[in-house]
Amino acid sequence: MSPEDAASAPRSLFEKLWDAHLVRAETPDTPAMLYIDLHLVHEVTSPQAFSVLAERGLKVRRPDRTLATIDHATPTLDFAPGETPPYATEAARNQVETLQANTQAQGITLHGWDSPHRGVVHVIGPELGATQPGMTIVCGDSHTATHGAFGALAFGIGTTEVGHVLATQCLLQRKPKSMRINVEGETAPGVSAKDIILAIIAEIGVDGGTGCVIEYAGSAIEALDMDGRMTVCNMSIEAGARAGMIAADETTFAWLKGRERVPSGADWDKAVEAWSDYRSDPGAHFDKEVMIDAAKIRPMVTWGTAPDTGIAIDAPVPDARSASHAKALNYMKFEAGMPVSGAKVDQVFIGSCTNSRISDLRAAAVIMSGRKVAAGVRALVVPGSVAVRAQAEEEGLDQIFIAAGAEWRQPGCSMCIAMNGDKGEPGQLIVSTSNRNFEGRQGPGARTVLASPATAAASAIAGHVIDPATLTEPAHA
Amino acid sequence: MPEQFNTLTSRTFVIDQEDIDTDQIIPARFLTTTTREGLGKLAFHDWRYDSDGKPLDNVSLNSLDTGTHKVLVAGRNFGCGSSREHAPWALYDFGFRAVIASEIADIFRSNSAKNGLVPIVAPPEAHDWLMAHPDVEIEIDLANQSVKLGNGPSFLFEIEPFAKHCLMEGTDPLGFLTAQSDAIDAYEKQHA
Repeated sequence: MSPEDAASAPRSLFEKLWDAHLVRAETPDTPAMLYIDLHLVHEVTSPQAFSVLAERGLKVRRPDRTLATIDHATPTLDFAPGETPPYATEAARNQVETLQANTQAQGITLHGWDSPHRGVVHVIGPELGATQPGMTIVCGDSHTATHGAFGALAFGIGTTEVGHVLATQCLLQRKPKSMRINVEGETAPGVSAKDIILAIIAEIGVDGGTGCVIEYAGSAIEALDMDGRMTVCNMSIEAGARAGMIAADETTFAWLKGRERVPSGADWDKAVEAWSDYRSDPGAHFDKEVMIDAAKIRPMVTWGTAPDTGIAIDAPVPDARSASHAKALNYMKFEAGMPVSGAKVDQVFIGSCTNSRISDLRAAAVIMSGRKVAAGVRALVVPGSVAVRAQAEEEGLDQIFIAAGAEWRQPGCSMCIAMNGDKGEPGQLIVSTSNRNFEGRQGPGARTVLASPATAAASAIAGHVIDPATLTEPAHA
Repeated sequence: MPEQFNTLTSRTFVIDQEDIDTDQIIPARFLTTTTREGLGKLAFHDWRYDSDGKPLDNVSLNSLDTGTHKVLVAGRNFGCGSSREHAPWALYDFGFRAVIASEIADIFRSNSAKNGLVPIVAPPEAHDWLMAHPDVEIEIDLANQSVKLGNGPSFLFEIEPFAKHCLMEGTDPLGFLTAQSDAIDAYEKQHA
């Protein structure tokens, strides 16, 4: 095609963002050099990158485009001002202090212990308005796709690449393939964004998006609020896709307006005008398209040890299709033909970059209000950020959780990745609003059932996995 | 910096399992390290040790001689899950120099190629053959992107040309990127 045709050819949202950030086009020998607008940094995947910069005498090129926080290794227990945080290990403390030293030396803003915006990196970026439509955003974390909910191209990178972006603000990438997932129609009452994404992953498989950037579209996606859109994009990697995105619209703009890092006044109007162009043109090419009927989606839970093992909560666990499935069934102690609902629960975790925002906590609180966590069940509610925690407390949600007998924690990744001391014990069944149910993910031998905040909260009350719609324990409010 | 990779003659170690995720390759609780060295002892930790940290006798990874077995062969979608570069660091430090699977997760594949671990996606027939013939000697020729299977046939594999270049040179792409500072300056000026 001629250059003129190429310029006027319909492009997808992804292609527009890709083209707009090319510092150097790809050649047969070298990948494209992509400019990165925002680099998010946390304590776990950055220390070795800062070390490489130090070894080579390099400085961080754009500290102003770099934003750091502490979330993975940080304790979620309370501690008094001035006290040392109750780290699970000396190594965790050292890792946090290493990030404090690195960011200070390089002039990078760190939302550390004293910041009102400390929290899970994928919660605070949007919360601060640092995440904006049209941006390229990376982080040494595979759930960076979360930020794609704002019409950004956002993906997880390794530590070597963290070093590349720190030093040059650029990343070497071959252009991925594109995939559009259209979720059309209306979801049934009680079906949340988490259920939608679990249904999508079950449909396309744990590697269905490998090599692709996914755009989520359709009326059921447009109907989601921003928290829900973040939940959907967040789990793109669980289908193998490095990035997932949703075109920005009025919902996006309304959510962002007035946040700390977004433009204001006339600049805001200009920004919205520019952001409005970032959507797929009619007729844009996608390498793959998938249609999902929203009306058919039910509250979902996973039965296995991969995130594509989602089934409707009352559906029977399928027969093992492979040796891996048989191994997963054995690990999870589930039986083919029996539903997951009814399985006895030991712990419930409400939190993580997937489901720790205010809407998620509200959904859990509605279920827990006036009810009690079942005897023998430990329920952990971990807000995504200091700001989410404050908002929840303003709304009285903390009192609902505490009255129900749940633990109301300080923000962090907590039991999603189980590296800060919050974890499951061998054999325990955990209903978790996080994103991964891999063997041992939440502690060696721990068994994870992924679910929505409402399903997790209802399961805490019932003491077994349960569809919130069928919860019979009376509310005593 | 990893060793330069040119050709490798080695026996294979087969793990007959699909979707081996990065939490299996190195569990998250070991990610509090601030260095990249010495992670080999943590590779596949929860498969290799009991809850007291004692090595399990019946796990072949614990008696594997990586002097002779430098190639890991595994099922579809190897390395899925997190972006932790600790996964290839651990496998390299353990002694592996190549991973062969019928599909390899994106971020793991990108991370591997930057750390001396050659990610090889084998076509279905060759992969089936490798899975069915554990311990077989193979010959990897990175320049020619070929793998010779025992005394049998060879297969060709795809690898991104720049990743191949970095593996063969034992270098990472940072030098290439820093040399492009004029282009970065120009981009920043245009988008200021």
